[in-house]
Amino acid sequence: MNPWPFVAGAYSVAILLTAALILWAFASMRRAEAAADALTRE
Amino acid sequence: MHAFANPTRFLRFARPATTWLLLIGPALAAVGILAGLTLTPPDYLQGETVRILYIHVPSAWLGMAGWMGIAAASISQLVWRHPLAAVAGRAAAPAGATFAAICLMTGSIWGRPTWGTWWEWDGRLTSMLILFFMYLGYIALASAERERGGEGRITAIYGLVGAINLPIIHYSVLWWRTLHQGESIGVTGSSIDNSILWPLPLTMIGFTCLFGAVVLMRIRAELAEAKVEARLRRMSR
Repeated sequence: MNPWPFVAGAYSVAILLTAALILWAFASMRRAEAAADALTRE
Repeated sequence: MHAFANPTRFLRFARPATTWLLLIGPALAAVGILAGLTLTPPDYLQGETVRILYIHVPSAWLGMAGWMGIAAASISQLVWRHPLAAVAGRAAAPAGATFAAICLMTGSIWGRPTWGTWWEWDGRLTSMLILFFMYLGYIALASAERERGGEGRITAIYGLVGAINLPIIHYSVLWWRTLHQGESIGVTGSSIDNSILWPLPLTMIGFTCLFGAVVLMRIRAELAEAKVEARLRRMSR
């Protein structure tokens, strides 16, 4: 059995899910902080 | 910890810490992954599939560390009523759930060529799957309690009681006959040869930094949302 498709699959899952988690956390933080800053400026 | 009870003081620490963790984490993880894929030799028994180790072990550690964080936050909330404890617990849950899912998926992919099966209902795999479902329960409970305007005490009790699963996961390979290998990395040393083991600390620290960055970003988002809600409540009076 060729092991490389399994290695590639495992790394793809780990990298994609980690990247999605970071992007979601970053986007939600920026959105929330922008809303808070906008309200403070009003 | 009580020094961070003041959100302003916490943010003074969290803003630069988020940036540093987002710089150091991906760099260390990338170096560890590249080294693990290209510089280490294949295992004498498992061959090339051993390279899954460099992402599977950090995700298993972080899946469990997330709940350790939730349990610590729960104690802090229930005993000392730390104002940021409930926020910290809620912030750790999505990251812990994601890494528990990565652990389960990479373990399943590793199992197919090594054991000849994608899944086996043995102690380690089943207790890790239970941890993942417990994360989903925690996220749902925390969200429901927050919507009702609760203090999050029920969620904190759930987080504390759920910590009983952590020693079960850890000792499952010793307590039950299992397909999963026994403990190969302990406090006193490792049964894995150093020529294979050395990139692992890099991915462990790298992914841990990323986990920390996600938790800080979630806390910052929740604090900003709370600020907006408080302001809108004041304006509506």
